[in-house]
Amino acid sequence: MVAGDISKAVRRVDAVSKSEGKTRYVSDYDFADCLWGRLVRSSIPRGIIRAIHLPEMPEGYRFITYKDIPEGGHNWLHMIATDWKCFAENDVRYVGETIGIMVGPDKATVEDLRQKVVIDYEEQVPAVTIDEGLACKGGAFVNGNNIHCSLKLDVGNVDEAFAKADKIVTETIETGFQEHIYLETNGACCIPEGDHFVVYASAQCPFYISRSISPLLNVTPDKVIVRQITTGGAFGGKEHFPDVVCGPLLVAANVMKKGVKMFFDREEDIENSVKRHPSKVVFKTGLDKDGNITAMESTVCYNVGGYLSSSFVVLQRGCFHVTGCYLFPNMRTTGYGVATNTFPSCAFRGFGAPQTLFAVETHLCHIAEMQGIDPLEYKKRYFIKQGDTTSTNGKIVERVMIPEMLEQVMKASDYERKSREYKWGSGKGIGISFYNHGGAFTGNGEQAIIKARTKLHKFADGRVEILCSQTEMGQGFHTILPKIAAHVLEIPIEKVIFEDPDTSRVPDSGPTAASRSTMIVGELVERAARLMKPRYAKEEDFTVETCYEHPEGYPWDQNTFQGYAYLGYGWGVCAVEVEVDPCTAEITTKGIWSSHDAGHLIDERIVHGQVNGGVLQGLGWGSFEVMENRDGHFRQTSMSDYIVPTSMDYPKQGVYFVENPYEWGPFGAKGMGELVFNGSAAAYIDAVSRAIGKRISRIPLPTEEVMGYMLHGTDIKAGIEEVR
Amino acid sequence: MDMKICFKLNGKDVSVTTDPLRRLIDVLREDFGCKGVKEGCSEGECGACSIILNGKMVTRCIIPVGAADGQEIMTIEGVSATEKGQTIVQAFADGGAVQCGFCIPGMVIAAYCLLNGNPDPTEDEIRLGISGNICRCTGYDLIVESIRLAAKRGGDIWKK
Repeated sequence: MVAGDISKAVRRVDAVSKSEGKTRYVSDYDFADCLWGRLVRSSIPRGIIRAIHLPEMPEGYRFITYKDIPEGGHNWLHMIATDWKCFAENDVRYVGETIGIMVGPDKATVEDLRQKVVIDYEEQVPAVTIDEGLACKGGAFVNGNNIHCSLKLDVGNVDEAFAKADKIVTETIETGFQEHIYLETNGACCIPEGDHFVVYASAQCPFYISRSISPLLNVTPDKVIVRQITTGGAFGGKEHFPDVVCGPLLVAANVMKKGVKMFFDREEDIENSVKRHPSKVVFKTGLDKDGNITAMESTVCYNVGGYLSSSFVVLQRGCFHVTGCYLFPNMRTTGYGVATNTFPSCAFRGFGAPQTLFAVETHLCHIAEMQGIDPLEYKKRYFIKQGDTTSTNGKIVERVMIPEMLEQVMKASDYERKSREYKWGSGKGIGISFYNHGGAFTGNGEQAIIKARTKLHKFADGRVEILCSQTEMGQGFHTILPKIAAHVLEIPIEKVIFEDPDTSRVPDSGPTAASRSTMIVGELVERAARLMKPRYAKEEDFTVETCYEHPEGYPWDQNTFQGYAYLGYGWGVCAVEVEVDPCTAEITTKGIWSSHDAGHLIDERIVHGQVNGGVLQGLGWGSFEVMENRDGHFRQTSMSDYIVPTSMDYPKQGVYFVENPYEWGPFGAKGMGELVFNGSAAAYIDAVSRAIGKRISRIPLPTEEVMGYMLHGTDIKAGIEEVR
Repeated sequence: MDMKICFKLNGKDVSVTTDPLRRLIDVLREDFGCKGVKEGCSEGECGACSIILNGKMVTRCIIPVGAADGQEIMTIEGVSATEKGQTIVQAFADGGAVQCGFCIPGMVIAAYCLLNGNPDPTEDEIRLGISGNICRCTGYDLIVESIRLAAKRGGDIWKK
């Protein structure tokens, strides 16, 4: 029986099997009769394909390209936008673009043949960085200006405020690529069965795959059944990207009339998969004579890469979050998704929000420091509250508990004393950041676009099965959702069945993304269980179904981006303390403390684990996770040269929560999987810049960059460039 | 050229006739069904493929199978069947150490080797003991606590 408070931790249902090595991931299946596939990809960032020269092909082996798409089929993948081609045709836009797939029965032979394919290119000049994309280096290749997408938000009257301002300062904040490094690399298998195909994949969103790749064969999505296999980490990297893996497999399986399987090794995965969008945010901020902010204008540029795919939505979220946890009297934001000749950027925990949150936090620190004010004291002036206007002219619906969270973090970290005692440039520093994350799809998207449905089925023996399309990728949803159902029905959690989704037998409850699973699908299951409860003891075998309904009275216009962007935000405060070695510039992190508002927690230990992992991933992004792209090629292609945090890099975290039940969530829960990523990098950079006494405006920050700032950086108290 | 290679796997004498240059991880997974041995990085950097070779953890399972001839190998399948292994597995489940799980068999092996040599490790010693195993989900804290729990629960079994 699940009794008492639902927050009380239970054992994860998958923990023992995973610990014993018994859980099967996709590459653990033999798929014995299937052929092997390996992708042939572009080796240049931009150019025309003149010719493809194949080696002599043994019987049973074949090289499959766009020409093998049957009549009526479309050579594209639907990933919100429908512009990413499954196979390159005449031109290539980035290194790693799929040109074809080599298939055949023997793995080594397929690899050998793949290596012998020679592509003749007419090479063109690539645009790799945001600046090169905007300058249309080599000539524009998207929309005549390399702008994939753009948007504008306006609150108040920025022009009038600038006209009256005492001073206007401008500053640019930049962030780099980040690689997901899910421990399990991408892999999938596609098998023809009768009049349909079955795809087995390591993936977050099985229905996304069906809908994205079925047009390749001009068949309806129900003819491409997707069965998700336990997924060894994803973080957004398996949200849309599995479409890029599964599309060629589907076309190949159709041609060969046999199953085709493909598993990436690490180097292949790092070199040829999506990353977090690099960003460049330019602020123009108006100040009155006392140094108070009267207006803030921001230009947000994200490096989208060769194809748009999901990036407009990422950019939107970035722009909505650029004012952070603050209310400024006048705000204007313009966002641009810039086309470049890099691998398309895509979802990564936070989905565009971390970049702008980092930018605004850092910019505020700098404005405070140039005035000699403690950044925390300055930020406190602008904390947003319930009922305040958001960047989209909506209101904050819920109670904002930042003051309470701040108190927890200050107490735990001894912030006040340390901030006072650690003089700027002393080698010691403590930093603090504030952040939020709008839960679920923007505005009324859950109702207008996703239309999530779930079913709950009761069997005669008393067991209950949850039917929905949510996936387990490590976040604990296989435990969270049965826990919700069991709690309502007052039955043991062991009586609740929740299997990996199969698109032919579960309703579409939407993607496992956007911190929506607990908040939205959890509520659907809670409601279904409440409907089931009065019938549970009386009836033997029956199903109840629930659909998402958006609360009335919170309008949103997706064309103008005006209104209530999110009803439930998660909120966070994070403090980080560092020490810098004055000779080597090496940074030791001495402490990490965070407090989060995730509503009422469904399972405190699972949420604790999410905080630990998200905060650490954010620290990696802000410090030593360097992913460079030179001339269109990623320079870090293995786990030896792309470094992620180990158990030795950071100390044990202090983890705190506040209780703030969310009106429309299951048992008061809100989304939190992405929130916990969003703030640690800003706190870390705040701490480091105070410790070295220099202004830092770019991440990542590996040791050599710290040294560079120490030797040549701008003093932390220096004035920021004035435009008037 | 194929060779007959004999070794002890999880306490049993086994042999395989194969190319001695094949990677040990492939032989363990494909010929002996030890699917708990995970391939994370293919270069011995992440620790997902950790096994125990002659009583010592090797995070480089990417070694040729020929090198295993005459040696003694334990994989997660063997370790988790022991009392010590189960102590760790249960502590991992109770302590919240597991998320996506892909690194976890390697982590269990690392914990097993650590506790065998040091039955009552400090937090720093645990962090050092698992430093060759990358986890991208958990931030390590609950893995560290779970290993401490396994040490406490196991008590004297770690001294055997």
